[in-house]
Amino acid sequence: MKCRDFVEFLLEYLDGALGEAERRVFEGHVEQCPACVTYLDTYRETVRLGSRVCAPDDEVPPDVPEELVRAILSARPKR
Amino acid sequence: MPADAIPAPDAQLLLERLRAGEESAYEELVRSYGGRLLAVARRFLPVEEDARDAVQDAFLSAFRSIDRFEGQALLSTWLHRIVVNASLMKLRTRRRRPEQSIEELLPGYLEDGHLERPASPWRTEGMDPAEQSELRALVLDSIHSLPDAHRNVLLLRDIEDLDTEEAAELLGISPGAVKTRLHRARQALRELLEPHLREASSS
Repeated sequence: MKCRDFVEFLLEYLDGALGEAERRVFEGHVEQCPACVTYLDTYRETVRLGSRVCAPDDEVPPDVPEELVRAILSARPKR
Repeated sequence: MPADAIPAPDAQLLLERLRAGEESAYEELVRSYGGRLLAVARRFLPVEEDARDAVQDAFLSAFRSIDRFEGQALLSTWLHRIVVNASLMKLRTRRRRPEQSIEELLPGYLEDGHLERPASPWRTEGMDPAEQSELRALVLDSIHSLPDAHRNVLLLRDIEDLDTEEAAELLGISPGAVKTRLHRARQALRELLEPHLREASSS
């Protein structure tokens, strides 16, 4: 397996979507390729950073601007 | 949205009041959930006016379909899906800006299949508050510089926590295409972050 294939199948590996034999080849490559270990780590870190930065667990929702509340309520068709 | 904005019994009561057409219930819904919905819309639509429009569209759509809400999902989960959809619709009507091709953002390989620029370890822990705030700005900017089609998949899957099938349905593409775009978007984002986060990097 080449690094190119490793990167190509990374998502499937992380999703647990690789077959047993493919997974063994994949993990065999990781054991002997430090560059791909780092790639894997930083790929995971990318995913983690995206969710942590964009939607942190402790996020306090912003206030709804008053004019937005008014706009929504006045645009509502009355029954 | 991990938890509901208001406790389940209150949400149930609010739902009943909405279905009964009680005027004050609409305002309560907007005030209870509006902030969370706005936070979601802003992730898709960096222009504030667009984000607010999407939130307005989302609430109007929720008001129209409140009778069809089955109450098995959390009210916040249901509203979340609606605002994600409204944000995507708004994005489609926006004039497209010229964007970089995703290919240019993917890693390059040598002829023997090795990475052209081997990845370096990152330093993302132990940052002081100023560095954390820089990191946050960097990640947001980098996500926003991804081509629309890839950024949207990344936002839906990794940030809004939709599964592949839900994302495919919302975007009108196949689940396979969602997976391909997600992988490419993550690779491209990784490439954009790498020069800034390398351990040896002085920036």
